[in-house]
Amino acid sequence: MSISLLLLIVAVIGVVGYLIGSWRANALAGGKLSSLHSRPGYYGSFVAIWSMLPAIAILLVWIIASPIYIGSAVRGGFPDEVKAEPQATQNLNYNMIGAIARGFKLLSAEERDALFKDGTAAREVLGSKGVPLAADPAPYMLTAADDLNRMTTASSTFLSILVVIAALAGGAFAYRAIAPKFRARNRVEGVMLVGLIVASSIAILTTVGIVASMATEAISFFNMVPAWEFFFGTTWDPRFAAAGATDSSGQFGLIPLLAGTLYIGFVAMLVAVPVGLFAAIYMSEYASRHVRSVAKPLLEVLAGIPTIVYGFFALVTVGPFLRDISAQLSGLVTGNYASFIQAQSVLTAGFVMGIMLIPYVSSLSDDIITAVPRALRDGSLGLGATRSETIKRVILPAALPGIVGALLMTASRAVGETMIVVLAAGVAARMQLNPFEPMTTVTVKIVNQLTGDLEFTSPQTLVAFALGITLFVITLCLNIYALYIVRKYREQYE
Amino acid sequence: MNMMSEAAVEKALDKKMNDISYKMIGKDVSVYYGDKRALYDVNLNVRENTVTALIGPSGCGKSTFLRTLNRMNDTIDGCRVTGRITLDTDDIYDPAIDVVELRARVGMVFQKPNPFPKSIYENVAYGPRIHGLAKSKADLDAIVERSLQKAGLWNEVKDRLQEGGTGLSGGQQQRLCIARAVAVSPEVILMDEPCSALDPIATAKVEELIHELRANFTIVIVTHSMQQAARVSQRTAMFHLGNLVEENDTDKMFTNPDDQRTQDYIMGRFG
Repeated sequence: MSISLLLLIVAVIGVVGYLIGSWRANALAGGKLSSLHSRPGYYGSFVAIWSMLPAIAILLVWIIASPIYIGSAVRGGFPDEVKAEPQATQNLNYNMIGAIARGFKLLSAEERDALFKDGTAAREVLGSKGVPLAADPAPYMLTAADDLNRMTTASSTFLSILVVIAALAGGAFAYRAIAPKFRARNRVEGVMLVGLIVASSIAILTTVGIVASMATEAISFFNMVPAWEFFFGTTWDPRFAAAGATDSSGQFGLIPLLAGTLYIGFVAMLVAVPVGLFAAIYMSEYASRHVRSVAKPLLEVLAGIPTIVYGFFALVTVGPFLRDISAQLSGLVTGNYASFIQAQSVLTAGFVMGIMLIPYVSSLSDDIITAVPRALRDGSLGLGATRSETIKRVILPAALPGIVGALLMTASRAVGETMIVVLAAGVAARMQLNPFEPMTTVTVKIVNQLTGDLEFTSPQTLVAFALGITLFVITLCLNIYALYIVRKYREQYE
Repeated sequence: MNMMSEAAVEKALDKKMNDISYKMIGKDVSVYYGDKRALYDVNLNVRENTVTALIGPSGCGKSTFLRTLNRMNDTIDGCRVTGRITLDTDDIYDPAIDVVELRARVGMVFQKPNPFPKSIYENVAYGPRIHGLAKSKADLDAIVERSLQKAGLWNEVKDRLQEGGTGLSGGQQQRLCIARAVAVSPEVILMDEPCSALDPIATAKVEELIHELRANFTIVIVTHSMQQAARVSQRTAMFHLGNLVEENDTDKMFTNPDDQRTQDYIMGRFG
């Protein structure tokens, strides 16, 4: 019986359990619902939970455990000379047995018997059924495949019976527990609570898993390249080390990438902070409800644009525009029409990233400014302050810690942003201060190092994980600091 | 001796009241919030150096009327005021009038104490600073001290002027807000239920303060407490459903009102 059919059966048992449970509760109440501890639906849910949860748990455990058990049983039946071979070869053999077993299911009984008499034809016959084999199977493989099929079928049958029995038994147990004084509601709520906890722990565990996997790869990178050379090296030039050079010192320097990241992020914040902040002040303090209801969603549409689209925009429109206008400018001043802004530059990437960040700054600041109590505004206006005096002297000072927190969160987005810089910032890892020249960022280099034909054991590839974890730590610190500030700010009123 | 002089002041003020000079005159004042009408042609005059109490059940329009007196309703979306209100001889809804200047002349104290999240000193210095009332630091110090003294708060806070205004108790905060309003030297002070968030002891202090402020300012106070109106005010106006029901001397209002609705409200039959 297939797993999905089995799940369906369990679900049906659950639904029936729910109906029977509610009906039973209703019958016990005898028309006087107040004599029950919980509403009938809770009794039904209780029965449904008992009939479904244990059965599904058994199903899950079986699905994970049975292939392991069957695998070791089949391998145990291998001839001794095969057992003596290395583990990798045995794995290959076992995979082949699996393929043969799949093929057997497609054959009629006669065809299979014929194969057992003459194993040499096996590859050809199975191939004609769409199951390709890497080599002619050894005779023991045919028997093993047959065993495998038999055990799998037996396991599946046994599982089906077990699950259905578990579902029915669970349901019956819960049904018997139903009594007017039985606290079904509390039990059901308990199960809900466990479900919610499981969901949140999955989210947290995933983060831990991501960090762990990055950390292990990064550690193997640091085994090949000393950490201090990575963190304090000023040259980024990984490709030449791949030529078999034993000495790769100074070629994985993080500093130029970090400098580019911070520089581009700085330019982006230079664009985003004033524009976003002023937009937020206008939206929260000046705009009439009409304007606000139209303008605010429009502004937030910016946040919904995929960053790759901003990348196009930078590459196709902003970059060439800046290049051409710089050529015109220098032509006007010096007579020599040479552009001094390159199409891919810190300015291009920073400017477009700044535009991307405007809605983050404005909507976060807007929330914070709106959260300043109306009483403070009234108090200031009532003393004869103008609106802008009120904003400058009362509202912004009160909202400042929150706004700083919002800006830090935005900065951590700027540091982690990838697609815009991949397209607009360039790939040259250089340390320089001219915003009109290309620079590169940590994220660009991660993309570069992980695309292409590289083996996953070389430092050229593994450095991406070291970069990734560095970036992660930077943004994590920024976010934690931002949260700390925002939380401190919240305590101010009340 | 002190008692004597206070009684003398009282007498002088009452005499002045008998002369009747109107500080603010409201004529046919109506207020609309969008399509909803909140005030119906209210004619109410505010006498100089007098405490005028506005009473009435919730939603009767007394706070709305109070806020028309310094155009605080302007900050509410969709609010419209018709009629004519004058301060001395100036029509305050004249487009030529500067609302900022108006609010400097007609200060306001709110229901909930709302000190700015700044130091006590900065709270009081806020108004004088934005209106440029102080020429020097010493000047400003003097204004702050005088205002805090008028608000009866100086002795409690003189040693911690640089501490946060939000750290004071509720009653102290409200007196700080009064000091803040006084610091601008307004002519009229509007108070919107200034004691509703305070305990009885703090309330008593604020009421005492209102009594003293009367010598220098014209005060309009909205209150829900009939006893408070009787204690602090000389004139009382009763609002009901957006209409001014009756305006009279407080003594007469609470003993022998002209209007049956006032009688009912004061006796607690509705509201």
